[in-house]
Amino acid sequence: MTTGEKNVPTPGPERAKLNRELAQMLKGGVIMDVTTPEQARVAEEAGACAVMALERIPADIRAAGGVSRMSDPAMIFGIQQAVSIPVMAKCRIGHFAEAQVLQTIDIDYIDESEVLSPADDVFHIDKTQFAVPFVCGARDLGEALRRIAEGASMIRTKGEPGTGDVVQAVSHMRLINAQIRHVASLRADELFEEAKRLQVPVELVREVHDGGRLPVVNFAAGGIATPADAALMMQLGAEGVFVGSGIFKSGNPAKRARAIVGAVTNYDDPEKVAALSKNLGEAMVGINKDEIELLMAERGK
Amino acid sequence: MATAVLALQGAFAEHEARLAELGEKSFELRDASDLLRPFDRLVLPGGESTVQGKLLRELGMLCPIRERICDGMPVLGTCAGLILLARRLEALDDKHVPRLETLDVTVERNSYGRQLGSFHATEEVSGVGADVPMTFIRAPKITHTGKGVDILARVGSSPVAVRQGAQLGVAFHPELDDDLRMHRLFLSL
Repeated sequence: MTTGEKNVPTPGPERAKLNRELAQMLKGGVIMDVTTPEQARVAEEAGACAVMALERIPADIRAAGGVSRMSDPAMIFGIQQAVSIPVMAKCRIGHFAEAQVLQTIDIDYIDESEVLSPADDVFHIDKTQFAVPFVCGARDLGEALRRIAEGASMIRTKGEPGTGDVVQAVSHMRLINAQIRHVASLRADELFEEAKRLQVPVELVREVHDGGRLPVVNFAAGGIATPADAALMMQLGAEGVFVGSGIFKSGNPAKRARAIVGAVTNYDDPEKVAALSKNLGEAMVGINKDEIELLMAERGK
Repeated sequence: MATAVLALQGAFAEHEARLAELGEKSFELRDASDLLRPFDRLVLPGGESTVQGKLLRELGMLCPIRERICDGMPVLGTCAGLILLARRLEALDDKHVPRLETLDVTVERNSYGRQLGSFHATEEVSGVGADVPMTFIRAPKITHTGKGVDILARVGSSPVAVRQGAQLGVAFHPELDDDLRMHRLFLSL
């Protein structure tokens, strides 16, 4: 399943460590969805720590319906040329051939994403077979640890993409952190049963127990649209945020992007967040999760 | 006194952990008001230099920090921190990102390529010892060093750790490894 490309390093524990370490460098930052080189430059100029290159932002994917796939490599290449920060791209859940393509074009991070239409309704990609890092969505600790067991080197909440409604990201972040606190409180001899219950390897449960945190960096994603949304997620324990539709679906993308970056740095300073929130123009309109028919977060458990 | 760790973005918590292991007190700089707290040394962590540089300027922290470094306060810059310290960037790099520009070196960003070019190495560091673990994540290369800059370590032909007075600039991430020797060197400055 490896690509056999000359320039792709061998997958293994060494690569896995480097890939988790890149996620550590992204902490305290904002990763922004962009669809063009111009948007990528706006994002970089505003202080994005990475960009996610995709053909349509989640709100438009939702509006257009149909099957949503990996972006055109030429479009991704254009964005790679436009900015110096890391460039991420999405592949469909279980679509390891799309992941092979993204690895071959030297992407910095692959998001195996529920925002795109799943290619496999049972299996996720065996990410241990890749040298390139993966970030995956999770709604609870079991999902997060299953993705890590498959080789993900970064986790994000699923939230409900393309809605501008932060409620799902909040409940996923709260649930994951509550479950981590629970695991940390267990006796060592209770971890085997907990691993069975969570349907994950006991070694990963032990890592959570001993460290009191996920073994990889955990970002918030899904529905974040304002500086206060970002501050909320950071105070709930996110180590950084993804902003998808929230920026380029708003009235003044550059200003809103800068404000969200500032709010992530000074998330526990309400005066700063208040100043950053002023006169941002119109936020994305958003749709309530109860008004939508397709819950993307239900994809890939 | 304490060590201040720039905490605008990136792997600042890892530096704080290494400093704590050495018994050094540290606190985070997130805003210009934090600069009023007493500190006698500074760490500039890894992360994205473009993000950190813009926030330094927006928050009004760039000039006060530059002055402190010019006055001789010891500073450790790792990866993005090295880029912030570097006086010059290679021509291809974005010149518009605000930086401290106090260390007389030229740096090329992302010099080993993208994430697939990231690697681990072990090399000797002068004054520190042999087999220092070095983690390079989308790392910069030091392409030129001015007079008065000591090269402490190289990987291949490129300098990866340099010192000029009390400024220590490294292209790798000592905060990601258990080895405390680079931080011990910094605390001895």
